[in-house]
Amino acid sequence: MSIDILMPALSPTMEEGTLSKWLVKEGDKVESGDLIAEIETDKATMEVEAIDEGVIGKILVDEGQESIKVNVPIAILLLEGEELTDLTNKVEEEIIEKKSIDKKIIDDKILEDNIVKVSKPTFKSEIKEKILDIIKDRIFITPLAKRIAKQRDIDLNSLLGSGPNGRILKVDVENYNNNKNVKNLNKTSIDNFELVKNSAMRKTIADRLVKSKNEAPHFYLSLDCNIDELLKIRSALNSKAKEQYKISVNDMIIKASSAALMKVPRANASWENENTKYFHTTDISVAVAIEGGLITPIIKDVQSKGLLQISEDMKNLADKAKNGKLLPEDYIGGSFSISNLGMYGIKEFSAVINPPQGCILAVGAGEKRPTVINEQIIIATIMTVTLSCDHRVVDGAVGAELLSEFKNFIENPSLMLL
Amino acid sequence: MTKNDYDLIVIGGGPGGYVAAIKASQLGMSVALVEDKHLGGICLNWGCIPTKALLRASEIRHMLDNVSEFGFTVSDIKMDINNITKRSRKVAAQLSEGISHLLKKNKVFVYEGFGNLEKGSIDSKTIMIKTKTETISKKAKNVIIATGARSRNLPFISSDGVNVWDYKTAMTPPKLPSSLIIIGSGAIGMEFASFYNDLGVDVTVVEALPSILPNEDEDISKIVDNNFKKRGVVIKTNATLKSVEILNKSVSAEISVNGKVEKINAEKLILAIGIVPNTENLGLDNYNVNFDKGHILTNEWMETDEKGIYAIGDVTAGPWLAHKASHEGILCVEKIAGHKDLIPIDKTSIPGCTYCRPQVASIGLTEKNAKFQNLNIKVGKFPFVGNGKAIALGDSEGMIKTIFNKDTGELIGAHMVGPEVTELIQGFSIAKKLETTEQELMHTIFPHPTLSESMHESVLDAYNQAIHY
Repeated sequence: MSIDILMPALSPTMEEGTLSKWLVKEGDKVESGDLIAEIETDKATMEVEAIDEGVIGKILVDEGQESIKVNVPIAILLLEGEELTDLTNKVEEEIIEKKSIDKKIIDDKILEDNIVKVSKPTFKSEIKEKILDIIKDRIFITPLAKRIAKQRDIDLNSLLGSGPNGRILKVDVENYNNNKNVKNLNKTSIDNFELVKNSAMRKTIADRLVKSKNEAPHFYLSLDCNIDELLKIRSALNSKAKEQYKISVNDMIIKASSAALMKVPRANASWENENTKYFHTTDISVAVAIEGGLITPIIKDVQSKGLLQISEDMKNLADKAKNGKLLPEDYIGGSFSISNLGMYGIKEFSAVINPPQGCILAVGAGEKRPTVINEQIIIATIMTVTLSCDHRVVDGAVGAELLSEFKNFIENPSLMLL
Repeated sequence: MTKNDYDLIVIGGGPGGYVAAIKASQLGMSVALVEDKHLGGICLNWGCIPTKALLRASEIRHMLDNVSEFGFTVSDIKMDINNITKRSRKVAAQLSEGISHLLKKNKVFVYEGFGNLEKGSIDSKTIMIKTKTETISKKAKNVIIATGARSRNLPFISSDGVNVWDYKTAMTPPKLPSSLIIIGSGAIGMEFASFYNDLGVDVTVVEALPSILPNEDEDISKIVDNNFKKRGVVIKTNATLKSVEILNKSVSAEISVNGKVEKINAEKLILAIGIVPNTENLGLDNYNVNFDKGHILTNEWMETDEKGIYAIGDVTAGPWLAHKASHEGILCVEKIAGHKDLIPIDKTSIPGCTYCRPQVASIGLTEKNAKFQNLNIKVGKFPFVGNGKAIALGDSEGMIKTIFNKDTGELIGAHMVGPEVTELIQGFSIAKKLETTEQELMHTIFPHPTLSESMHESVLDAYNQAIHY
C-alpha cells in the first residue's frame, strides 16, 4: 500500500505553508529520516523527513507553491514492489476528497460524518504522524520515578535521566529534590560548591548561544538616546490610564524598534545559509528572565500594533513565560530581538545574537547625565543602546542606519504615530 | 614513560576475574589473567557449581524416597557417595575447561601462578608472576585484584580435612559419616545440611544468631527451620561454639545455647562460619590500598584508594556472591574503558539464592530491615499450597513474600522459599531494575499453570487483591 506524505504542521496553529523546495524527485529512493522537502511558514522553515522507506512515486505540489493546507498530501511514497501506474487516478480522487475536509474543524463528530469519504491510507498516515509526534515528545522514565515525581509535583520535563538512553530513574527524581534542599539550606552543605544538573533549557540556551558566537560574526554599535521626551509622553499616557494599563519604557522601545526596522527593512532579516530572509513584518523577540534561564517570547506584527496592545501582549507573554506556559509558536521565530537590563541599572552591554536573526538590541538604564544640547551642558535622561549585528546579514552602514532611526523615534516619540 | 606489557592484568580467575578479563579484551584492551590453579575460581571448582551437582543427587534421593506418592514402587536403591562426588567433580572439570576455552577465544593471556604487585607509578604497575618454574615480571596500566576468599576458621579450631571439614572435604567425603555437626547456618551450612540429611546422615546445625539463614526474612527462615526439623535435622540457634574435642572416632563440640553449656557429638564437623578475604602476598602494602575488616575498600567503580588498582568480588565488601563479583568485574572494566553513563551497583538489588531443600531466594530488604528504616510498607504473602503447579509437582511447601513501599509502590523486597524459587527470583530482579511499581506487576500476565503465578498472587496480596488465597 502506498503512503501519502502530508503537509506537516510546524506549529500548533499553523494552517498552511509554502513548499519552498523539493529535495527529492520522482523515482528517488528514500529511507526513513531522509530529508525530502523544505516547508516554509511566516515563522520558520523546516525540513520534512521521510517517515518510511520507499520510492517517491509522485510529487503532488510544485516547488514554491504557497498556501498548502496542513495534512494535504504533497507526495506519494511507494513501498517496496509497488508501481505508480494504477495509483495515479485513485490518488487524485482522494486528494479532492481530502481537500474538502478542513483539518482544523475535524472534531470527533465531524470525523465520524466524513469517515466514509476519507480513504484508509489517510488514516494510516495520520495515525503514523500522531505516533511520531508522541515518540518525539516521549519522556523515558521508569514507572516508579514517574509516580514519585507526580507525588512530589515535579515537572517531568525538568528532570534529567541517568539511566540507559537518558531514562529517568528514581534516583534522578530524588536528586532533584535534594538539589532543591541543598539550595535552600546552603549553609548545611559540607562542600563549598554545589553541582546542579543542567536542565534541558540550560542546554538549549548553551547550544544556541555557542552556535551564535561561533557562527555569526558579531559587531557592535552603540548610541546614546535622550529619553526625556519619551518619559514625558509616557507619563502623560499613563496619567490617563485610570489603572487600566501601564505603558512601560520597554513597550515604547519595542515600538520604536519596529518603526526603525520598517524604515530600514534590510536590517529586519535573518541568515538562512542559502538565502537571507527579509521580513515584511516586525516580530520582536523580547528576552525574559525565568527560573533557571531565559526565553524570548515574540510580540508579532508590532508594526501594526499600538502601545496598548504591545503592552498587553508583553504582559501576557511574560506571565506565560514565568509559568512555563509558552507554546513553541510563542517563542520560535521572530525577526529581531531586544534585551533590556536597564531595570538593573546596567549602563550598557552587548548582547549575543539570537540566531538566525540578524540583530539584537541591548538596552541600558536611563540615567541622568550631563549632555551638550545647543552648545550648552544640561542634564538629560540618557539611555545607551548597543546593537549587535550578524555581519553576514547586516553590514555596518545598515546597522548604523537602523540605530540612528531608532534614536530618532526614541527621541521624537510622536513620529511613531505616523 | 614506561612501556606496559598489558592494559590490564587481572589477578584471580574466579567469576569476578575471568569475566572482567574477557570483558576487557572485548573492549579492546590487552589483558592477562593470573590464576594459579582453578580457572573459574572457588565458585566453579569448589563452590556454587559442584554443590549444585551434589544437591541434585540428594534431591533425586529424596524423590526416590517418595516415589510411591506418584504411583511407583522402587526397591533395592543403592547409593555410592563416591559416585555422587565423582559426578560433581566431573561437572566442575567440564566447566573449568570451558572457561579456559573462553579466555583463549577472547585472547586473554593466562599465567598459571601467583601475582604480586611491586612498587610502580600511576601509569605502570609491575606484577611479579611466580609460576611453577619461573618468576616473570610484567607491567600493566591497570590491575584488578580478584583473589576471592577462603573459609574462616576459629581461633581454637581449624579444619583438618579429617574430622573437622571445610567445604572442600565436605564436597568430597571419603565416605558418608553417620552423623555431622554443621557450624553456621548461612547458605553453605544449610546446603550441606540439606544434602547430608537427604542422604541419611544425622545432622545438627549450630547457629549463633536467633534464627537460621540469618540474612533472610524471618518468615522464610521459620519455614526452612520447620521443614528441617520435620526431616530430623537438629537445629540449635542462639548457640555459640565454645570448644571442639577430637575424640577417637568422633568429634565432641561444646556449645552454649542461650547461655547454657551443652555437649554434642558427631562423627564429623563442618565449619561454615563465613569467609576470610585473600589479600595476603599480593604486595598491596606497596600501594595506598585500604581495608575494612580485612576486605579491600573501593569506591562505587571498584577502584581502591590507589589509582589504577581495582578490586572486585569476595576480596571487597559483601555480599560475597559470584554474580555480584561478575557484575563488579564488568562495571569496573567499563569504567576503565571510559564508558559514560554507568550505574553503580545497588546492593539492595542483588539477588541471593540458597539451594537447600526447600530452596530459598531473595532480593532487597527484609520486612525487619524495611521497618528498621522506618519505611511505610505493604506486605504480600502467598503460599505455594495455593498454586496448582506446585501441588501437581508434589512440592507445595513454602511461600512468596513481597514488600512494597506503601507510599510509592516501589518493590523493596521479595523473599521466597519453595520449589525452584532460585529460578523465579530473577523476575523480581528485573522488576526492581526497571523500577516497576505494584501496578506493572499486577498488570503483567503470568503463564498458567506455573510456579511464577505465586509471584503475581503475592503482589496482589500486598494490595489485598489476591485471587487464590
